[in-house]
Formats: sequence, C-alpha cells, structure tokens
Amino acid sequence: MEYDAATMSPPPVKGRTFGRRRRFGDRIFSNLTLIFALVIVAILLGLVIVLNIEAAPSISKFGISFLGSSSWDVPKESFGALPAIYGTLLTSAIGVLIAVPISLGAAIFLVEMAPSWLRGPCSFLIEMLAAIPSVIIGLWGIYVLAPFMTPIERWLGGHLGFIPIFHGQVFGFSFLTAGVILTLMIIPIITAVSRDAIKAVPDHQREAMLALGATRWETIRRAVLPYCRSGLIGATILGLGRALGETMAVTMVIGNAYKLTPSLFSTGTTISSKIANEFGEASSGLFIASLVELALVLFGVTLLINVVARLLVWRLTAVKEAS
Amino acid sequence: MSERNHLRRKWFNRLMLVLSGCAAGLAILILALILGYILVHGISYINLNFLTQAAKPVGEAGGGMRNEIIGSLILIGLASILAIPVGLMAGIFVSDFASPKMAATVRFASDILAGVPSIVVGIFAYAILVRPMHSFSALSAGVALAIIMVPIIARTAEESLRLVPNSMREAALALGITRWRAVLSVIVPGALTGIITGVMLSLARVAGETAPLLFTALGSNFGYQGLTKPIGALPLQIYHYALSPYADWQHQAWAAAFLLLLLVLCISILVRWISGRRHA
Repeated sequence: MEYDAATMSPPPVKGRTFGRRRRFGDRIFSNLTLIFALVIVAILLGLVIVLNIEAAPSISKFGISFLGSSSWDVPKESFGALPAIYGTLLTSAIGVLIAVPISLGAAIFLVEMAPSWLRGPCSFLIEMLAAIPSVIIGLWGIYVLAPFMTPIERWLGGHLGFIPIFHGQVFGFSFLTAGVILTLMIIPIITAVSRDAIKAVPDHQREAMLALGATRWETIRRAVLPYCRSGLIGATILGLGRALGETMAVTMVIGNAYKLTPSLFSTGTTISSKIANEFGEASSGLFIASLVELALVLFGVTLLINVVARLLVWRLTAVKEAS
Repeated sequence: MSERNHLRRKWFNRLMLVLSGCAAGLAILILALILGYILVHGISYINLNFLTQAAKPVGEAGGGMRNEIIGSLILIGLASILAIPVGLMAGIFVSDFASPKMAATVRFASDILAGVPSIVVGIFAYAILVRPMHSFSALSAGVALAIIMVPIIARTAEESLRLVPNSMREAALALGITRWRAVLSVIVPGALTGIITGVMLSLARVAGETAPLLFTALGSNFGYQGLTKPIGALPLQIYHYALSPYADWQHQAWAAAFLLLLLVLCISILVRWISGRRHA
C-alpha cells in the first residue's frame, strides 16, 4: 500500500532494518483497517446477491408480470406485487406532500428568522422526533392518531365524497392515516437537510436582493430558495427514501388489506408491511421467494432514490466549498 | 398605486414569515404531543411487577417484561460487540489510510447501507443465518442490528477522526513513532468524544428497531437460552401487545414504550450535551 503525500507518511528508510520493521507494523495495521472497511462493501454486495438468489424462483416463475399482477393467493401460489407497490407509493406520496411545506417552513424559520438563542433548541427538538422508535409511533398511531383521523376522514368524505379518493367507508386505519404517520416521521430529516442547504447560501445573495428593496420574504423566495434548489430537492428525496422503507408504524395503522383502490380511506398494504406480516409464517418456497422479491423491489427503489439524493446534496456542498 | 403595492408586499411578507414560524411551531407541537402522551400514559402502567416478572400466558392477568428487557440488553450488547470494531476500523481506514478513490468507495457503500430499509436487513439475516441454522436466534438478530449500526459508527468515526488537526499527526510522527501507534495513541484518543457520540447514536437507533427482529429474534417467553435460540425484545413485545385485544397487554405495551422512549431520549440528550460541550 503506497501512502500519498496528503496523508503524511514518513518516507520509507530503505535498507535499514528498523525502518523495514516499522513499515511492517504499519502495513499490518493499515491492511487490518482495510479488511474491516471491506466488510462494509461485502455486506452491501452480499445483500444484493442473497436477495437475488432468494428471489430467483419467483423471478423465473412470474417474470415481469409480478410487478403488474394484483393477486396474492397463497394456496394457488399466484403472487403479484401491484397492490403493495401502489400502497408504498401512495402512502409515501401523501407523507412527502404534507411534510415538505411544513419542513420547508420550519427550515426557513430556523435559518432566516429565529433569534440565535432559539435556533439550537428548536433544531434539537425537531430532530428528536426522528429518534422516537417506529414501533412507538405505531402504538401512538393505533390508539391516538387513528381515532383522531376517523372524524376528519368522515368530514372529508361528506364534503368531498364526489371525488373518488375521498369516497368510501371510514375505519380510521387507512392509506391516509399511514401517510400522516409517515409525514411525522420524515419531517425531521427534510427539515434538517433543507436547513443545512439554506444555511449554505452565501450572504451576498441575500444582501444583493435586500439592497434592491425586496422584502425578507421576497429575498427568501427569489434569491435564497432558487440558489439552494438542488439541496431542497435532495432533502425531499431523502425524506421519500425514508418513507418508502418505513415498516412498523405503517404496518400498525394501514389495516393490511391486499387491494387496489383509489380511496384514501380504504385499508391497504405496503411492500414493507406485507413482508412484516407474512414472512414469519411463509412456508412454501415460492411464497418466500415472492416476499423476497418484494424486498428486492423495495431495496432497488430506495437504492436509486438514495443515490440520486446524495448526488443532489453533494453537488450543492461542492458548489459551496468552491465559492 | 405604488403605495398600495408596497402595502400589499409588506403584508404578504409578514404573512409568509408568520406561516413559516407556524410550521416550525407545528413540528415541535407534534413532538410534544407524541412524547407527552406516551410518557404520561406509559408511566402510569410502570410498576415493580412489570420490571421484575416474566410474561404470563394468554388469559392470565399480571406478568411483566423482565425477559424482554434483558433480551433487548443482550441484543444491543451483541450488536455493539460486532459493530463497533468494524465501524471504528473502517472509519480509521477512510480517514487515515485510504487512497481518495478507496475512501470514496467505502464512504459510498456505507451511505447506501445506511439507507437500506431495516426490514430488508432482517430478510438478509434470515437468509444467511436463520435458515442455515434451522432456528430463529439471538445471534441472527444481533447480526441484523449490527449491520444497521456499522454505517452510522463508520461515518461518525471518520468525520471526527478527520477533525483531529494534521499538526497532531505530524507531531506524533516527528517523535519517531510508527503510524499505527500514532493512530491508536494520539489520533483516536483525540477524536474519542466524536466516536463515542456516534456509537451512542447508533445504540439509540437499534434499541427501538423492530422490523429486523421479526424473523430473526422472533420473540420468546422463556428469557435468554443461548445465542442460537429465539429471544424476546422490548420493541417486539410492544408490537405484539399493541395489536392484542387484551387491555392488560396493551397497558404493558404502553409501559414498555415509556421505558424504551426514556432510554432513547436519555441517549439523545446525552449526545447533544457531549457534542455541545465539544463545540463550546
């Protein structure tokens, strides 16, 4: 292993035994750290390989139609992922739609308006929301949020029932409740990443806009937000990635019915809650393989989303470092 | 005309600023509602039996979560033993030994690993450990939790190691010691608060993880019976009891949620306190 100048290794002393011995110890240690670092890469590769092997029976049996079929019949061994994919996308979309305005507002408040003594505590409290374990949010969701959502859903159904998404019977356990739960869970990450993006906007952008006579809101709207747009999009996508993979809280409030319906008040399922509910009891090979293929779909989507989000957030910080 | 325009802009400005303040307030209000409800509701069901007794079978009143509390501690301990060396050494590699290209690769892998949904990690642990060993086990659950901890530890360790000034590295090497001694006796101690913070954050995260335990630890009414046997854990029991129709079990779920939340909050506040002191 060659050390480059940046890491400041002493030049090797050639032909002297103590020098060689010192290099020897360093080499062992650096190779040891390398091995542990490679463990991380190996786990990631192992995940991809193992999921693919485990899902192989289902992939070869159903092919691409797995993604488009909505049957889930265990005795007949006919499996399709569509309702689970639909539920995952729908609940995540609801979560992101509600969470983005709140998080963006909170981030603007934290950077542009809050007095400095208030910034730290406020950020800390919002981030604390992310520390509450998912299963506890789910417990709260069953006994507090779901009963609270029932009258809201009934009101929406009464006044806007002519729109298909607000049509249907109300249980409290629904796509909408799951979406609201996801909102609560992704507000912290979207707020934190947007806050950092807004903070990275150089002050001269604001000063130039204010000097033109703009109000503070106009400065934020026309100078600050456009400047850090890619960071804000990255924050949203990171939130989306979190929402797609969320399991316990959603499983506890979505009602777990495998169906495809436009109604937000209907019980439903997501990829992760389908797996959580059935993987432990799955016995036949094809059943297990189908559940693993669901996991593979989830893994692929979150992988893609995280890579895109990282690239967007990185680009912004790179711009900041260059300026 | 321009006067009215000016007034309109001024009021719109105020409206939007107030709205963004409200958004921040709303986020904090939600936290207060959830925390307040669980803490107030949960503490009323905490009692000595809950802490010291094992779970009773269906239909019998009473019982507690002693086994699950111990089970959770065992799982967290096992995951830490597996994850801390890997995370720390990987962090050292990236900050002090890797070429820029290797550093980027490992960092990327660990970022991606951090984003993998925890239920997928559970399936992975099931496939590589539970099925070959023909039994749900504490070991497989520990491995699943460790996989979740590693990227968090590696990333925070790397970041705090890089914060150690290069002059410290130069000074250590100028004394004539080898690089590995310099890393272990100067650089790692210099970054220790940051490293500990990262470990504590990862502990707070896995203490409440439930999804990866569903098909690894499974849950057990008998307490700890060895690493290759199923084991109970607090978050698993919260999940099972929350969905049960028995009031007594639901109360125990609240009590367990209180206990778990208290643990997680204490860690979060401690982390905040430590890192706040470091920056001051």
